[in-house]
Amino acid sequence: MSRETTVNLLLALLLLGAPLVAAGMGEPFYVTLATRVVVLALAAVGLNLALGLGGLLSFGHAAFFGLGGYVAGILATHAFNAEPLFADIPGTTSMPLIWMTAVAVAGLVALPIGAISLRTSGVYFIMITLAFAQMIYYFAISWPAYGGEDGLSLSMRNAFPGVNTAKPLPYFLICYAALMGALLLFRIIEGSRFGSALQAARQNGTRLAAVGIAPFSIRLVAFAASAMITGFAGALYADLNRFVGPSMLSWHMSGELIVLIILGGKGRLFGPVAGAMIFVFFEYVLGGITERWQFFLGLILLGIVLFARGGLLGLLCGKPRHV
Amino acid sequence: MSEPVLEIHDLRKSFGALKATDGVSLELRPGQIHALIGPNGAGKSTLIHQIAGSLKADSGTIRFLGRDIGGLDMAARARLGLARSFQISSLAQEFSALRNVMLAVQARQGSSFRFFRQVTDDKTLTEPAMAMLERVGLATRAHVPAAELSHGERRQLEIAIALALSPRAFLFDEPMAGMGPEGSKRLTSFLDELRHQAPMLLVEHDMDAVFALADRVSVLVYGRIIASGTVDEIRSDPDVRRAYLGETA
Repeated sequence: MSRETTVNLLLALLLLGAPLVAAGMGEPFYVTLATRVVVLALAAVGLNLALGLGGLLSFGHAAFFGLGGYVAGILATHAFNAEPLFADIPGTTSMPLIWMTAVAVAGLVALPIGAISLRTSGVYFIMITLAFAQMIYYFAISWPAYGGEDGLSLSMRNAFPGVNTAKPLPYFLICYAALMGALLLFRIIEGSRFGSALQAARQNGTRLAAVGIAPFSIRLVAFAASAMITGFAGALYADLNRFVGPSMLSWHMSGELIVLIILGGKGRLFGPVAGAMIFVFFEYVLGGITERWQFFLGLILLGIVLFARGGLLGLLCGKPRHV
Repeated sequence: MSEPVLEIHDLRKSFGALKATDGVSLELRPGQIHALIGPNGAGKSTLIHQIAGSLKADSGTIRFLGRDIGGLDMAARARLGLARSFQISSLAQEFSALRNVMLAVQARQGSSFRFFRQVTDDKTLTEPAMAMLERVGLATRAHVPAAELSHGERRQLEIAIALALSPRAFLFDEPMAGMGPEGSKRLTSFLDELRHQAPMLLVEHDMDAVFALADRVSVLVYGRIIASGTVDEIRSDPDVRRAYLGETA
């Protein structure tokens, strides 16, 4: 077993074990904190597909995170008020249905955004993805039907067959399973033909085109898949907080997802997980000491960018190697 | 004589006032090695870029296998069977030599939109890729990342990638550049064999190699072909001697 596999397993066990212990000790707050880690990690796993494997620095993934959240919020509100969504289509409080819708919506929105953004590269790509996300953000703010600036509160958590989702631990386990599923999917895609082409597109797009694979279509599919995972995380996040608001769509959120990946290790399977653990840990510990905790997070980020480019996993496991 | 595989007619490309390609016409026929020589800045690489599709010509036609490919992008031309090597090695640096060749094998086999089967256990990728590395003598370095290969090994890898595409024509841009005399000699005999697989447009500064290999030579100076013919014709052409070969011929 390689060192990275060992570290990944330890992280996965720690992330599962800590809330189990907390729940056993009657500390539901820590379970909710761990759920926050898991959901942010899932959102970042999505971004990691585009950013880590494909080298696509999307500064607009909050759009997909927020869209997933709004799908959950809107469907649940309609179901709660017994108002049809359009025509005869009712809302729903079923998590699996909400997730599927969130994933589909995120993917469908990502396709045109990606198709336009991917005609540019470098700093223009960053700016254009940011611009699209901000458009959606301002749209959400100015749309009073779903709360506008105030967002939407969910009166209760949506339902999952056979699970009491209102309790912190069962909901944590649902999110944890989703994260593990996404990580497995990430690993499979990474090793597939598509993943090879995507990584080659990051390393050298000209080389990829010279063997006859057009980088654009590879990147576009990766961008959409990445948005779908992040959208899924958004739906879980809305249920975690029983609230969805425009802040989920704002560029701070996009930045946070990038920060998670840099902290943990760009392109590494467990990079987003490690990153989310560090991020939430500092948010909680430093946030308890000072309101200016982000200043210290900034210092840590500076240290990582200057001295440990590979993030925490790079520090622990060295450079990734492709056989 | 058989139809030309690649046929370029009156190709023009300017960068501002500089005419990098100024009405170039040439043909590549089956079994041929057509060498393109000329002083630095004559526009040889610019021409290769236009044929491969990484630069768009201002005017003129490029026909490949009887089809006008002027409107196709680089990837589409590669899929039709145009395999190129780069003047400066262009590889997926983090991938091993083997993974670089596997990428070409994968492209050759068709769709890259396969998301599940793992490439490292896929013998339909690894075996042909390994065979190509063996052909260019790089099998022992198969698992070394491209970034860690020596300059000469990277040149060999570029050729292995081109081979893996089972192309209908090769475009080689200075494959010998920076190789020692021993390496150049080995590569020369290798390229000599390769002409039976597909014809080759060869840009090369190494005159020994050019004269040993080429069936036809075209001399490019300031974007124009000033002479085209067999090795002997080119060697004795007074314009060429003046413009390029000078004292060395």
